[in-house]
Amino acid sequence: MSTPAVTTPSRWRALTRHHLFWPVAVLIALLLVNVPFTPDFFASRMADGHLYGSLVSIVLFGSPLILVAVGMTLVIATGGIDLSVGAVVAITGALTCSYISDQADQNALAGVFLAMGIGLVAAVVCGLWNGFLVARMGIQPIIATLIIMVAGRGVAQLITDGQIITINSEPYKLIGGGYWLTLPFSIFVVAAVVAVTVALTRRTALGLLVESVGGNAEASRLVGIRSRRIKIMVYMFCALCAGIAGLMISSNTSAADGNNAGLWIELDAILAVVIGGTSLLGGRFSIGGTVVGALVIQTLTTTIYTIGVPTQTNLVFKAAVVIVVCLLQSPKFRAKVFGAKGRARTTAPAEPATPADAAPKMEVSR
Amino acid sequence: MSATTKTRTAAEGRTASKPAQASAAARLLGDRRLPVLVTAGLFLAMYIGGLSRYQNYGFGEPQVFLNLFIDNGYLLVAAVGATFVIMSGGIDLSVGSLIGFTTMFTAWLVERQGLPLLLVIPLALGVGAFGGFLMGYVIHNFEIQPFIVTLAGLFLFRGLCLVISKESISIGDSTVSSMAQTRVSLGLGELSLGAIVALVVLAAAFYILHYTRFGRRVYAIGGNEQSALLMGLPLGGTKIAVYTVSGFCSALAGLLFMLYIQSGDPLHAVGMELDAIAAVVIGGTLLTGGSGYVLGTLFGVLVLGLIKSIIQFEGTLSSWWTKIATGVLLCAFILIQRAMTTRKQT
Repeated sequence: MSTPAVTTPSRWRALTRHHLFWPVAVLIALLLVNVPFTPDFFASRMADGHLYGSLVSIVLFGSPLILVAVGMTLVIATGGIDLSVGAVVAITGALTCSYISDQADQNALAGVFLAMGIGLVAAVVCGLWNGFLVARMGIQPIIATLIIMVAGRGVAQLITDGQIITINSEPYKLIGGGYWLTLPFSIFVVAAVVAVTVALTRRTALGLLVESVGGNAEASRLVGIRSRRIKIMVYMFCALCAGIAGLMISSNTSAADGNNAGLWIELDAILAVVIGGTSLLGGRFSIGGTVVGALVIQTLTTTIYTIGVPTQTNLVFKAAVVIVVCLLQSPKFRAKVFGAKGRARTTAPAEPATPADAAPKMEVSR
Repeated sequence: MSATTKTRTAAEGRTASKPAQASAAARLLGDRRLPVLVTAGLFLAMYIGGLSRYQNYGFGEPQVFLNLFIDNGYLLVAAVGATFVIMSGGIDLSVGSLIGFTTMFTAWLVERQGLPLLLVIPLALGVGAFGGFLMGYVIHNFEIQPFIVTLAGLFLFRGLCLVISKESISIGDSTVSSMAQTRVSLGLGELSLGAIVALVVLAAAFYILHYTRFGRRVYAIGGNEQSALLMGLPLGGTKIAVYTVSGFCSALAGLLFMLYIQSGDPLHAVGMELDAIAAVVIGGTLLTGGSGYVLGTLFGVLVLGLIKSIIQFEGTLSSWWTKIATGVLLCAFILIQRAMTTRKQT
């Protein structure tokens, strides 16, 4: 057995074991699927000082989802779930747009900033309420957040009076539909939020505390972690992310639609988190995985458009992805389907040069 | 969870031995029937309120009351299915899209394929029940959370609606319209076929949950899955059956909705799973499972329906108040439940 024969599989194994391997592999595979249909899929071009291209538009249209999913990741890491993000998106958009539409000069910067502030504060208040119900009242997260999910859309419609409020504000348009340094501005917003989140959770102890609360809230409390406060903070952060996404969505369309803004985004966000490899049981999380997961979902949507599959099958594809990802994550499923392979791998660690699936084949031939 | 059950019996024992010490309020909070009674009381109060406010507009006519069943029969059936799932400690998010799919599926088969309705009905029910069965199978055998599996079901069925057709299909079939217009006179007023079916489903669910072995198993699993397993209850079979029941009820609700609205539309019943869950919760079923009454679900549906009809009578109030009122009620009842469970734990 030569040395490279040993190191190559082990390096390969280390690569496949990395938690980002499968999400990234799926993302690359999805991107490559597009190439036969649109040969210049990876090409991007400059026009009017803006960068255009399929990759750019995937990130642009995926930005609200990435934001919501990043917030959702932390909530799920504490063992919770936030169903209210879609409603929070709608409330934030509705408040901000209705405030801007009341202004005499919709392009005035001060008014736009104030409007955004009002929207984001409302979002954070929603998060505080969710966190209060979950952490203080001890209500199951799925139920506690269901309240705002049901009532929030009603509130958003109340704010917009059941109408779709359209605005015409140049500075506000920048957030979701504008360009800066040749790139869509929303990419910078997303990058900033992701960077801050990663810095807070991986450069400080906060991430560890969140994981500890998700692993066992009671034990964390006993060792001196303020688990309730952490939970409330996490829900507020999630709602803030949803609020920024709400600004982005309403800014992109220059309109607030209390009924449809952010519809089903909570489900997409949870899906992104799950694809990214964060367990729904809580206790550990991967922000990078979530970003990749959100990009996978957006790429899937784009791919469906580009390869000419009727758009209405979009949801069926998504359902298939959810099922496949969940089945692959389930240890029981892997044991049942790949049981033979798994056993072969564990019994034959001494000879890594042998293909893992050779053993069951030999057994069958005998 | 077993600790909860144990302490509950202990608490009951204590109140029995020392009745003087237990305050009346505490005893009331410990009563399992409290949420149902509160919901029934709320319904009555709302009805009387409506009566005093809209007497001149004919609110007091029996038909207005019966219309609650006619207009919400499909929701009642869906909520009964959801009651089974929630009672067993699970959750089913696919209800709304399965209802939408059933309307689309039946409309497509009847209108586009020309199949007779009597053949389509069992087919649709079978598809719904099979969908529920599949979800239950995956949930049990691969140990994936019900939430995420039924979420996949939500996407799948909503997607299948759109695969059948992007546009709504209106149903002009004579059997459908004659069934939709069938009215059964009750003397004071009349009920539609859908309302009758809904009441039959409710009665059947009441019997199954409270008087059969299967019903006991659902309660036991919802109370504590581990204990139920140790007792030798067929955990997998019951769990799968519960989701099958929910799928069947959703498909039946879809048929009733199709009769009610006489069309199939890919966007029918979007978000109705939340209405169903809200009705179950307002009806006093514990979301952690193991405790509740299916009659409570009836009151939950009636309260939601009454909110809608009061808003209709009010005229000036807008439809979004329904959502806000539902949310507020949901919140209030969750807090009541919470107060009850903390009481039991201490």
